[in-house]
Amino acid sequence: MAVRRLAADEIQPKSFTLSADAEAWAQEQIAKYPEGRQASAVVPLLWKVQGDCGGWLPQKAIEAVAERLGMPYIRVLEVATFYTMFNLEPVGRHFIQCCGTTPCALRGANDLMDMLRGRVGEQRHVTADGNFSWLEVECLGACTNAPMVQINNDYYEDLTPEILSRIMDELAAGGTPKRGPQQGRNASEPLGESVTLVEPSLYDGSMIGAWRKRFEETAPAAEANAKAEGERATQQAATNPKPAKPDAGRVVERPVGDTPAVRAAAGEKPVSTGKQAAAAEPSRTTVAEGKPASETVAPPRSRKSYVNTPVKPEDGRTVADAPASPDSASVQTSGTEKTSGS
Amino acid sequence: MPKIIVDDIEVEVPAEYTLLQAAEMAGAEIPRFCFHERLSIAGNCRMCLVELKGAPKPVASCAYAVRDCRPGPNGEPPVVLTKSPTVKKAREGVMEFLLINHPLDCPICDQGGECDLQDQAMAYGVDTSRFAENKRAVEDKYLGPLVRTSMNRCIHCTRCVRFATEIAGVPDLGTIGRGEDMEITSYLERAMGSELQSCVADLCPVGALLNKPYSFNARPWELTKTESVDVMDAVGSNIRVDSRGREVMRILPRVNELINEEWIHDKTRHIVDGLRRQRLDRPYVRENGKLRPATWNEAFETIAARLRGVAPERVGALVGDLAGAEEIFALKALMDGLGVKNLDARQDGTVLHPAYGRASYIFNPSIIGIEDADAVLIVGANPRIEASLVNVRLRKRWRRSPLPIGLIGENVDLTYPVQHLGAGPDTLADVLSGSHSFAEILRKAERPLVIVGQGALTRPDGLAILAMAARLVREFGGAAEGWNGLAILHTAASRVAALDLGFVPEEGSLTAREMAQAGAVDVLFNLGADEIDVAPGAFVVYQGTHGDRGAHRADVILPSATYTEKTGTYVNTEGRVQLANRAAFPPGEAREDWAILRALSERLGAKLPFDSLMQLRQRLYAAAPHFADIDSIAAGNLAESIDMLAGLGDQPGREPFRGPIEDFYLTNPIARASGIMAECSALAHGAKLEAAE
Repeated sequence: MAVRRLAADEIQPKSFTLSADAEAWAQEQIAKYPEGRQASAVVPLLWKVQGDCGGWLPQKAIEAVAERLGMPYIRVLEVATFYTMFNLEPVGRHFIQCCGTTPCALRGANDLMDMLRGRVGEQRHVTADGNFSWLEVECLGACTNAPMVQINNDYYEDLTPEILSRIMDELAAGGTPKRGPQQGRNASEPLGESVTLVEPSLYDGSMIGAWRKRFEETAPAAEANAKAEGERATQQAATNPKPAKPDAGRVVERPVGDTPAVRAAAGEKPVSTGKQAAAAEPSRTTVAEGKPASETVAPPRSRKSYVNTPVKPEDGRTVADAPASPDSASVQTSGTEKTSGS
Repeated sequence: MPKIIVDDIEVEVPAEYTLLQAAEMAGAEIPRFCFHERLSIAGNCRMCLVELKGAPKPVASCAYAVRDCRPGPNGEPPVVLTKSPTVKKAREGVMEFLLINHPLDCPICDQGGECDLQDQAMAYGVDTSRFAENKRAVEDKYLGPLVRTSMNRCIHCTRCVRFATEIAGVPDLGTIGRGEDMEITSYLERAMGSELQSCVADLCPVGALLNKPYSFNARPWELTKTESVDVMDAVGSNIRVDSRGREVMRILPRVNELINEEWIHDKTRHIVDGLRRQRLDRPYVRENGKLRPATWNEAFETIAARLRGVAPERVGALVGDLAGAEEIFALKALMDGLGVKNLDARQDGTVLHPAYGRASYIFNPSIIGIEDADAVLIVGANPRIEASLVNVRLRKRWRRSPLPIGLIGENVDLTYPVQHLGAGPDTLADVLSGSHSFAEILRKAERPLVIVGQGALTRPDGLAILAMAARLVREFGGAAEGWNGLAILHTAASRVAALDLGFVPEEGSLTAREMAQAGAVDVLFNLGADEIDVAPGAFVVYQGTHGDRGAHRADVILPSATYTEKTGTYVNTEGRVQLANRAAFPPGEAREDWAILRALSERLGAKLPFDSLMQLRQRLYAAAPHFADIDSIAAGNLAESIDMLAGLGDQPGREPFRGPIEDFYLTNPIARASGIMAECSALAHGAKLEAAE
C-alpha cells in the first residue's frame, strides 16, 4: 500500500452534482441513523458516488458528499483515503484487483501480475482504450480457489495467465465471461477427484457410535497409564526437585571468561605465567588470543542496549562493558583499599 | 468515592477519574503524548501504560476509568503499579516503536529542549535501534503562515486534530491514509482558518508542528522568560514573553483557568515582529510641515511654547487602546494640574461611562462564569474576533451541554450554533417586549447571560441600546441573587482601567470624537490613540510606540515603550487587575510612558508628585484602591447600575449593528507594523473573497 492522494488537477472534473438516484440512495441511508447522525452514511454514499463516477472519487464528488452530509471536507477525505476500496484516481472500465496475499502468491499470483504488467502496464495505469487498469490488493477471501482476481464486482478464480488473458479479451470485446472458478470445478469443490472423506464406511451407517465404542475400550487403560505417570512424577519431584530439562527455553549460563577461578575449577593451573606476562604488556589493555587481527571489536555500549555484545566470553577477550559493571566494582574496591591503607 | 492503591499509596478519587488522574493524585508521574487535559481522550500513543492488578496486559491509564477497575477478591481496592518492571518494559517498548520512524533531528529541531519525546526518551529510550528497514518519510504540509510542519517527526498523537475540532471549532485538520501511511494534514493543504491555530504548535509533543515565524531563531534555554499580560484585546490573556537580550523572540500562553485556560490567539502570539518594526526611537518635531528628529529637550520646549497662553478649555487629551493604568493615571494627573477637563479614553466613541457604576462597563459574570450560564444573548458583538478567548469559553460551555445562544447583529460564524435573531435594535426591542420567541427562553433560564459588544455601544444611539440591555437583564432575572448577567465586551486593553480612573469628559466637556473635529481644541495630547482621525488644525502631541496613524498626524512625537517594555497594570474586560512585567527595553531614546509624562509635567509647570513607578503606584492605589488587588475583580453593584441605566436613553435607531473590528489581524499599531499579521490579514481577506464568489 502506498500513500494515497487525490488525482492530479488536470484529470479532476470541474464540477460534480449528486444524481437524483444518488440523492434517493442518500436519503435511504441517512434514514437508517438517528436524527443528526447523518454523517454515519458517509461510506455508503461515497460508495454510491464512486459507482456513479466510473469507479473512482473525484475531489468535487468528495466535497459534494461532505456538503450533503454537513461534514467538513477533511472528515470525508479522511474516510476516502482510509479505505483502499475507494479509488482516488480514474480506473479502467474493467478494474482488475489482483490478490497478492500468501495463498494466491503460492499458487501463481505473481505470474498473473507479470502478465498484467505486460498487457496493461504498471499498477493504476489505465490502458489507452480505457478498458483496463489493475491493482494488487490484499486477500479477497477466495483462498481455496487461488489465484484469483476481482474485476469490477465479480470474482474470477483458479486462474493462469492464459485464462486471465482470455477473460480480458472477452471483456474487451464486450462479452461477459464466466464468473467464478475457471478450471471446471463447482465453487470450492476439489479439483479432480475427492481425496478426503471418500471411505464408503462413512456413508453406510457403520460408523455410527464407533467413536464412543472405541473410547470405552481404550479409556480405562489410558487412565491407568496417566495415573501411574503422575505418581512417578510426584515421586521423582520429591527426591530430585530439578525440572526435566533445566535449559529448556532458558539462557544457559556459561562461565564468565578465562578467569583463575574458572581455570581452577577445570583442573588447570589457576595462574599461567604466559597470560600474566601478556596482561602486564603496557601497550595493550585487552588480551585477545586465537583470533585474527582483522576481527572487528564491538563498539562500547551502555548497559541499556538491545543489541548483545557480539564478543563471546570464551574468546578470552575482555568484554568492553560487562553487564555487571565490573568497573564501578573495581573502583569501589580500590577506594576501600586506599582508606584501609591510610 | 472509590479508593485505589497506586504504588502502595491509597487514594480516594472520584469514580469518573481515569487511572492517569488517580495516579497523579497519588503523586505518580505518568508519561504521555496523546493525552491532554483539555482535549478528548484518544488513547493512541500507549505511553501511559500502567500495570493494573488482575488485568492480563498493561492498560492505557489515560483511557481506563477508576470505576472500571475490579476490586480484589476480598473487596480490596484495585491496585495500580506505575513503576514496576513490567510497566517500564512496556513503556520502553512503546518508546522504541515511536522512535523507529522518528528522525534523529534533535540538533536542528526547534522543539529541542522543550520536546516531550526528547524528555521521555531520556527515561524510557534506548541508545540503539533494532530497526534495520527503511524509515518512513512524509511530505511536509502547508498549514498557513503561522505553523511550520516537519511531518517526518509526527508521532500521530492527533492532539492537533482534536484541538482544531474541539477547542477551536474549525475542523481543518485531519488524518488521511492509514497505518504507516497516515498523515496529518488540512484539506488539500489549505491554510488553517482558526484564529487559535498556532496553539497546535504548543500542543505538538514533538517538533512536527512548529511556530513558523520563530523558526530557527532561538533555543528555549537561551531565552529569558517573563510573565506578562496580553494587550491585543481586552481579555487580558496571560502570556509568557520569551526574550533574548533586548529582543522579544516569542510569546507563549500561560495557564490561567479564570481567563484563557492555556490558549492564546494568533494575534497575541505573532505580533512579535511588530514590536521591532516601525518603532519610534527618538522624539520628532514638525517643522515646515515635515517631522524632523529632535532631542527630548527640543520636543518638551516645543510643547511648552505651544501650550503657553492656551486656555484649558482649548486643550484635550486622548488615551489609546494599549495604555497601561499607570500612564493613564499620570496623564490624568497632569491634565488635572493644567486644569484640562477634555479627557477621553474612548476613541471608538462608546457610551460607557463610570457615572453609571462599575457594573455598567465590565463583564460582570466573569469569563469563567460563562460556564454557569444557561442561556446567552449576544448583542452587537462578534466574540470570535473581538475576544477570541471569551468565544472559546462560550464554545466550551456549549460543548459541555448545548444551550440556547441568540445573536443580534451580524450573522457570523462563532464556531458553535447560534440562533440569529435579527440584525439591529428592533430585534432587541422585540425580545425585551416579549414578542420574540427568544424572550421565553431567557425567561425560563435561571442564569441568562447578555453579552453587549462595542458594535452596539459605539453608535450614536448606544446609550439607548445599553439601557435596553439593562432592562432586558432586569426583566429576565439576569441580576438575581448570585448571578450577574450583564456582560460588556470590550475590545481595548486600556479601556476598563481608563473608565476606572475616570478618564472621561465631565458634563459639558468634549468627548474624543468631538475633540478630533476641526477647531475643537488647540492642543491635543494623544497617548497612543491611533484608531481616531484627528482633523487638521489642532497641535497634536503624540506619545506612542509606532509610526502609525497617530504619529503621522502629530506635531510633536514622544517615543514610548510597548507593553513588553514596561511594567504596567492592565484591567481586562471582566475588571480583573493584572500586572505585565517588562521583558525587554524600549529602543533608542524611547522611554516608559509615565516617565515621559513626569518629565513633561516639570516643563509645563505642573510637576507630577512622584519620581518612581513605586511612588506613582502608591498614589494610584490611594486614588483607586481596587488596583492594588492584583488578579482579582472588584465587583460592581449590578442592580444599582441597572436601575441607573434602565431609565436612560430614548428611542434607538434602526440601523443594524456593525462589528467594531474590520480586520482581526490589524487592530492596533503593533499588529499593523507586523509582517506576519499583514500576511494573515491578506490570507483571511483572500479567503473571504473566495467564499463570497
